[in-house]
Amino acid sequence: MPKNIRFVQGNEACVEGALYAGLDFYAGYPITPSTEIAEQLSQRLPEIGGKFIQMEDEIASMCAIIGASLTGKKVMTATSGPGFSLKQEAIGYACMTEIPCVIANVQRGGPSTGNPTHVSQGDINQARWGTHGDHAIIALTASNHQDVFKMTVDAFNMAETYRTPVILLFDEAVGHMREKLIIPEKGELEIVDRLRTAVAKDVDYHPYLPREDGRLPMSDFGAEHRYNVTGLFHDMWGFPSNNPKIVNELLRHLVDKIENNVQAITRYKEHCLEDAEYILVSYGSSARSAIHLAQNRRNKGEKIGVLELQSLWPFPTELVKEKCSDAKAVLVVEMNMGQVLTQVKAAVKSPDRVFLANRIDGQLITPSNIKQLLRVIQGRGV
Amino acid sequence: MAVQDYLRQRFFPHMWCPGCGHGTILNALIHSIEELKLNKNEIVMVSGIGCSARISGYVDFHSLHTLHGRALAFATGVKLSRPHLNVLVPMGDGDALAIGGNHFIHAARRNIDITAIVMNNRIYGMTGGQFSPLSGPGVKATTAPYKTIDSSFDVVELAKAAGATFVARTTAFHVKECTEMLTKAILHKGFSVVEIMSQCPTHFGRKNKEGDAVNMLGLYKDNTAKLGSKALEEKPHLIPRGIFVEKERPEYCEEYDKIIAYAMKEKIS
Amino acid sequence: MNSRIRMVFSGSGGQGVITAAIIIAEAAVIYEGLNATQSQSYGAAARGGATRSDIIISDKEINFPEVTQPNILVCLTQEAYNTYSSIIRPGGILLTDKRYVQTTRKVDAKQIELPMYETVMEKIGKPVVFNICVLGALIGLTEILQAQSVMTAVADRVPKDFLTMNNRAFDLGLVLGAQFRR
Repeated sequence: MPKNIRFVQGNEACVEGALYAGLDFYAGYPITPSTEIAEQLSQRLPEIGGKFIQMEDEIASMCAIIGASLTGKKVMTATSGPGFSLKQEAIGYACMTEIPCVIANVQRGGPSTGNPTHVSQGDINQARWGTHGDHAIIALTASNHQDVFKMTVDAFNMAETYRTPVILLFDEAVGHMREKLIIPEKGELEIVDRLRTAVAKDVDYHPYLPREDGRLPMSDFGAEHRYNVTGLFHDMWGFPSNNPKIVNELLRHLVDKIENNVQAITRYKEHCLEDAEYILVSYGSSARSAIHLAQNRRNKGEKIGVLELQSLWPFPTELVKEKCSDAKAVLVVEMNMGQVLTQVKAAVKSPDRVFLANRIDGQLITPSNIKQLLRVIQGRGV
Repeated sequence: MAVQDYLRQRFFPHMWCPGCGHGTILNALIHSIEELKLNKNEIVMVSGIGCSARISGYVDFHSLHTLHGRALAFATGVKLSRPHLNVLVPMGDGDALAIGGNHFIHAARRNIDITAIVMNNRIYGMTGGQFSPLSGPGVKATTAPYKTIDSSFDVVELAKAAGATFVARTTAFHVKECTEMLTKAILHKGFSVVEIMSQCPTHFGRKNKEGDAVNMLGLYKDNTAKLGSKALEEKPHLIPRGIFVEKERPEYCEEYDKIIAYAMKEKIS
Repeated sequence: MNSRIRMVFSGSGGQGVITAAIIIAEAAVIYEGLNATQSQSYGAAARGGATRSDIIISDKEINFPEVTQPNILVCLTQEAYNTYSSIIRPGGILLTDKRYVQTTRKVDAKQIELPMYETVMEKIGKPVVFNICVLGALIGLTEILQAQSVMTAVADRVPKDFLTMNNRAFDLGLVLGAQFRR
């Protein structure tokens, strides 16, 4: 078998990306349709001296990876809707304590137990606001396995760069489908490692005093600097504080370090977008149908293009505004009740020309589903 | 090293009420660590939420003050990723056995080398005196104005059944015994549980006519007896103190290291 | 390869339908440098129940991975045949197994009924390699991929001790299919 070409499920592409990025600790709990990620890593991690643990529940899995990250490991967990709900408190803890970690959510139908073996994209807003309190978050997604790999690597890089949890919002269709994955050679993709403090032993280290660029060099648990980590608002030593000035500054720092870097974080692709009169904005597996349709219609001379979003949070508002500025109509293609639609409407000049092409029955939205709506919008009937 | 060298004096005074047993437990723990001459860089204290959990802020170790009930889950991540670290997990009774009960039994089941300290004051102190799963029936609390009807867990029996390989119980009155048991628990390879009964005069004592701290400590003296003692034999209704379990069983991180060795060999061959 | 091949493999859980689908798509990608997608309908039951897997093979990019009108449809149970025979693309190939499927209607396609199960049981005696025989028959019939590519992909997935048996099943299928080659 040629070494670098693989024929794998999307979940396996995520595993390969995580290992390429330097994952060395995984904790998880079995849940459809993400389980293959845990299964594969239970085999692969010990082969490279890494650790895999199946915890007693979803919450514990999230907590365990945060603990392991503090000792200097690159960590991740994977889950789906119900598990993602359970992890939210601990995700907020990682936001507050600024501990790098990656959470893959292979989305299935919800709410509740929902539709475990079928596709959905219903957790977009939960990824943004699932945990309580003001905060910022990064969420990435992908529509094909090469991009699942790439976005997984990016997720680790961003987690380490911004010291934040990063959510990978995949879905059942991409997670379970098999297609080609070419694993890049070592060095082909950039790998970001954690910024560690240069403060010498016995010199007062301030774990929570941001540098001028907003970054916080870390010190591993077990190393020379002993400090406190808490989910309470905390001062530069990590000690609890409710001093209004400290509370205000910390919360602004947590939001700004991500929202101010929206451009650096934004990931997207354009398909036939040049001179497009009708723009399909999509992401994840539904983007596959949007691209399929756009290419077909282009062949027939219609000016249709796709803006495929690969970073959903922080939402690339400026990008969407710019790319959609000349469109006659924008169709948001997604498998939920319009979670990205709301963001797109807020971004563009004429929100009344933004429409939702969705499907919420557990089936992958098809190119003809989109085409029907498009024809209505174009005034050509169904 | 002097005892003070194990404390972050910058963060004192502590936030516990006058007469609280938790300070005594901190004292006993620091003495135990001093006696063991552990390297501070190799100690990680992980705590949850509650009065007890604040202990981690005061010690000069790597300290992780986490979420309510989840300390053992975080600690499992720390320990498995760096098994050479000594991981201490002080928890309150509600923290350890209500919201954190699942993590408690599973950490015991894995026999992961963590020292769990249950600082049992039979009440939720930080939220103002609600009953806990260790209050037991007939206790007055702010959420049990007519007294509790809930039975309590026996921490020792629960830990034993779940698979802990070191299980002990003592009280904040028996300070030297606390130090001895903590020392043994830290040295023990595997999951160890030390239940330390700790008075909460503010919320438990006041509501339940147990008086002030001195009086509550007196009750620990009078109502408990050492395992194997004549006093316990004569008055079996007393609460037994001592080491209930001390045995060997494969430890989780060591077992995982064997998995790594096997997987690496398999991959090469 | 000059066009897009859209296939649906259908049958019941435990027949190896999904495995066969993975192998043929994997062979296309890894040994013939093509693109392929393989997806499947998926429910709570692990065994029994209807199974369907969609495979698209193309030298171009594949986006929408589902097959609405297959050029090649394989039905390994009566239920699968009853459900899916109507979706075949006009002029396509419908392959069924004689033991499992009684063809009851005419479709606008080349209908091939082969005694694959019977041959496997007679010559090898192990139903576990039935799916590999089906693959052999499909390749013999359509030549959509090199036989060698598929056999190499089989070897990648099958434990060493069972390889000979699988190769034999594949060869039996090849011969069965080749009789009806266009």
